[in-house]
Amino acid sequence: MGIIKTEKLVFEYIRRDEEGNVEGITRAVDEVDLDVEQGDFVAILGHNGSGKSTLAKHINAILYPTEGTVWVDGMDTSQERNLWNVRQSAGMVFQNPDNQIIGQVVEEDVGFGPENMGVPTEEIWERVEESLKAVGMYEYRKHSPNKLSGGQKQRVSIAGVIAMHPKCIILDEPTAMLDPNGRKEVVRAVRALNMAEGITVVLITHYMEEIIHADKVFVMDQGKIAMQGTPREIFSHVERLQELRLDVPQVTLLARELQKKGIGIPDGILTTEELVGHLDKLINKSVD
Amino acid sequence: MLRDITLGQYYQADSVIHKLDPRVKLIATITFIISLFIVQNIAGYVIAAIFLACAIKLSKVPFRFMVKGMRAIVFLLLLTVVFNLFLTPGEALVSVWKLTITKEGLRTAVFMAVRLTFLIIGSSVMTLTTTPNNLTDGMEKLMGPLRILKVPVHEVAMMMSIALRFIPVLLEETDKIMKAQIARGADFESGNLIKKAKSLVPLLVPLFISAFRRANDLAMAMEARCYRGGENRTKMKPLQYKRRDGIAYLVLICYLAVCIGTKI
Repeated sequence: MGIIKTEKLVFEYIRRDEEGNVEGITRAVDEVDLDVEQGDFVAILGHNGSGKSTLAKHINAILYPTEGTVWVDGMDTSQERNLWNVRQSAGMVFQNPDNQIIGQVVEEDVGFGPENMGVPTEEIWERVEESLKAVGMYEYRKHSPNKLSGGQKQRVSIAGVIAMHPKCIILDEPTAMLDPNGRKEVVRAVRALNMAEGITVVLITHYMEEIIHADKVFVMDQGKIAMQGTPREIFSHVERLQELRLDVPQVTLLARELQKKGIGIPDGILTTEELVGHLDKLINKSVD
Repeated sequence: MLRDITLGQYYQADSVIHKLDPRVKLIATITFIISLFIVQNIAGYVIAAIFLACAIKLSKVPFRFMVKGMRAIVFLLLLTVVFNLFLTPGEALVSVWKLTITKEGLRTAVFMAVRLTFLIIGSSVMTLTTTPNNLTDGMEKLMGPLRILKVPVHEVAMMMSIALRFIPVLLEETDKIMKAQIARGADFESGNLIKKAKSLVPLLVPLFISAFRRANDLAMAMEARCYRGGENRTKMKPLQYKRRDGIAYLVLICYLAVCIGTKI
């Protein structure tokens, strides 16, 4: 069994009218089977309301399944006694950087998680130092979080989660409120953690550019997993992605259009460099 | 405009007073205030003045910062002086129309003014030399024994520190909402007091909604990071008494003894 596993996971929101009568039931997550191996970088894609955030909240035991089961590191999340262990093994980073920083100084915020876990004082300092260094925010440790940029705040939030020594981190649209530079900063920090520390990463996003380095991608739609595969496999189905209301990167679209016109470019182009490389090769061939 | 407001007027400096444990400073402030009400004669006030002057000197905070705090209570101060001056019965000194200044009145008025001034300056020494965070930590530790009486000491301290953390965030948000409403033709400037108060409604309602949303998000983020109240929690920056704190307590006891001495 992988580090995160869900089996036939169902979650229903019950809508009620003012008297408390049930008006209707919305299935936010519908029979999702997920299996994430230790050390993987997994991306979950989906447009707004596709159920991806609801799914993420199950991994951190903030929500409990209506039906089915979620295991984190072999622990069933719906068991009360596993609650704190689950939350410690699967750290979570949320969307709004302002609403998840508790400390008034960067280092105090990073220390918040270890404090809650009852880690001894000296070890808290060690953990804070190493986590801040891992996300490249060490020189800001004495700053007030209010003075940081969005990308920096989000990196502090990530450091705060890493300081708890989780086995995996779930990032619930961590870049949705950031500018393009902030987005790059955060994605780079997350990738570095995955590569250097071997932390399992589950990145939830609707920006397709962020998933090109993922080991595996799941695309969600209406609570179900609509597509899964490597980024290249996913990107080779441009029309299907557009059907699912996702923004396909321009370079992939361009490659697709060129391909349609009969230019010999393979499926699933991910980066500009890649397309340029292929075009170069084609031009050289035609010159010869 | 709103961003200029600062709460907790901490003044950064490297002094002995800054380095003292917040508990010492809290207790010292309370002791100082009590001593002001114990002493009744000029000798007592001179001693209190010397004590306060020494504390200010040691704190390395410019004196004008202390006086700043006085501005807020000038009116209260004047009112107290005037009432004491004219309404204390006793031996008449000067009599103008129906108002009489008595000897006792003059004495109480002066003492009252000195008392209030010292009180405000004394507490500003504490707030100027202690970060809000340190202050909450100190209060949490000092009120620890109240836990036996089921007072949620840790929770109250946590709430205070979160409130402090979110003051700038909410101010920024207020600014943003204000601009958004002004862009839609809202008017916050003109009209009388009632009209002005009414015009705040479109500002306060969205602010409250967003504050509740933030609170909800924050609670979730805290739980996701294993927050479960004060039990079994360790501290990243635990408060520990050092030698200088012991010395400070000794000085404090001496001061109190001398103050009581002036009464005999």
